[in-house]
Amino acid sequence: MDLLPIIVVVSFFQLVVIRQPFPDLGQILLGGLFVVLGLMLFIEGLELGLFPIGEAMANALARKGSLLWLLVFSFLLGFSTTIAEPALIAVAGEAARIATGSGLLADDPALAERYSMGLRLTVALSVGFAIVLGVIRILKGWPIYYLIIGGYILVMAMTFFAPKEILGLAFDSGGVTTSTITVPLVTALGVGLSSTIKGRSPLLDGFGLIAFASLLPIIFVIGYGLIWF
Amino acid sequence: MDFLRTLLGTMGDVAPIVVLLVFFQLAVLRQPIPHLPRVLLGGIYVVLGLSLFLLGLEKALFPLGKIMATQLSSPDFVGGEGAELSDWTRYYWVYIFAALVGFSTSIAEPSVIAVALKAQEVSAGTISQRGLRLTVAMGVSVALALGTYRIVAGHSLTAFILVGYLVVTVQTILAPKSMVPLAYDSGGVTTSTVTVPLVAALGLGLSSVVPGRDPAIDGFGLIAIACLFPIISVLGYAQIADLKFKLYNKKRKKDEVQTDDGSGQA
Repeated sequence: MDLLPIIVVVSFFQLVVIRQPFPDLGQILLGGLFVVLGLMLFIEGLELGLFPIGEAMANALARKGSLLWLLVFSFLLGFSTTIAEPALIAVAGEAARIATGSGLLADDPALAERYSMGLRLTVALSVGFAIVLGVIRILKGWPIYYLIIGGYILVMAMTFFAPKEILGLAFDSGGVTTSTITVPLVTALGVGLSSTIKGRSPLLDGFGLIAFASLLPIIFVIGYGLIWF
Repeated sequence: MDFLRTLLGTMGDVAPIVVLLVFFQLAVLRQPIPHLPRVLLGGIYVVLGLSLFLLGLEKALFPLGKIMATQLSSPDFVGGEGAELSDWTRYYWVYIFAALVGFSTSIAEPSVIAVALKAQEVSAGTISQRGLRLTVAMGVSVALALGTYRIVAGHSLTAFILVGYLVVTVQTILAPKSMVPLAYDSGGVTTSTVTVPLVAALGLGLSSVVPGRDPAIDGFGLIAIACLFPIISVLGYAQIADLKFKLYNKKRKKDEVQTDDGSGQA
């Protein structure tokens, strides 16, 4: 059911617009079956495993009453899942090639390596801080829009100073940071915290962690570009 | 064999999270995890499911989608040469393809499903997961059509993003506040496992065909726009729903007043 739109779109374009038969139809059908089965298992696993453990951790940490441990946990959740994220590794490597190609970086493999590793660290740090900031927001009950719109204004201001070559990458890096396993855990953390703390509503306060995790990398990566170039 | 490789890859991705969770349970919280067997089973389901999902995508959809993206943006298909290739109206199939791919991949995106399920649970069913996913998918669809047009026409990405920020800001002031955090979140989750590889292929293909575009610089930016538009569409949906609700209440009040008058006279 979830895959119906993809199948319709792909078949329509293959048969009507490009007018070519499917290459290797058996392989494609098998792949489609894997995708459906995988998605079903994943959703089942979300409800059984990821959501409960995320909320259980949030509850336990909130009841323990140690702000420090809660923030350490939040930071590590953001940092550790991002630094190993395959999409980010790919993007960082690509970015180093671009910077070398456009002459921003000297043509030196070791330098490119340092640049892309620095980029990954920057993004991972920013996601860690984003979750920490989001958790503090939930604890304090600040309205989210002041922080996000404040962030937008900061991004707008920074774009005037930033080198053009880093902007596309910076804007995109916000989108690639949140992986499929991080999202359910982080969502459960937010909702779990806001339902444990008195006076917070899960809908109004529980969501929003991912929003920070997509905004802060933009700011950090532009900053990284400003420092390097 | 392929499955084992993908499975190992997924386990590698999950490892840091498992280490973190185990460390906190054992060293900091020092208490057993409630319903441990069930949680473990869920974790196994997630890893297995994600591996199957990725393998299926790699076998079926990605090669096909990438071939299509390249074919649709190839000079032969666009039908022109030289300066004609700069004419943005020639690429209409690309915009349609981008819009439809954006829509259909967002419907199947596991991260979007996760947030939508949670939103439905938290709002006690007021927000339907299907409705939210459809709204997000529509946002991504418009975003990708506009994003591919931007690559062809060569407009500045920064201008697009800044205008998007302005729209979100204005909407935030007007929209019902309870939907704002969820709307902001739906921006970050749309571009994940399914969408990114296909969209990247489309961006790179396009920017290497259109004269004067540099894949290195113009290939970026589709993801950024795809992250912004779901915020706008979800906020817009909330505004429409809110407006309808207010109109309905107004009408009901009016009706009530009228019946009151009626009973008063009788």
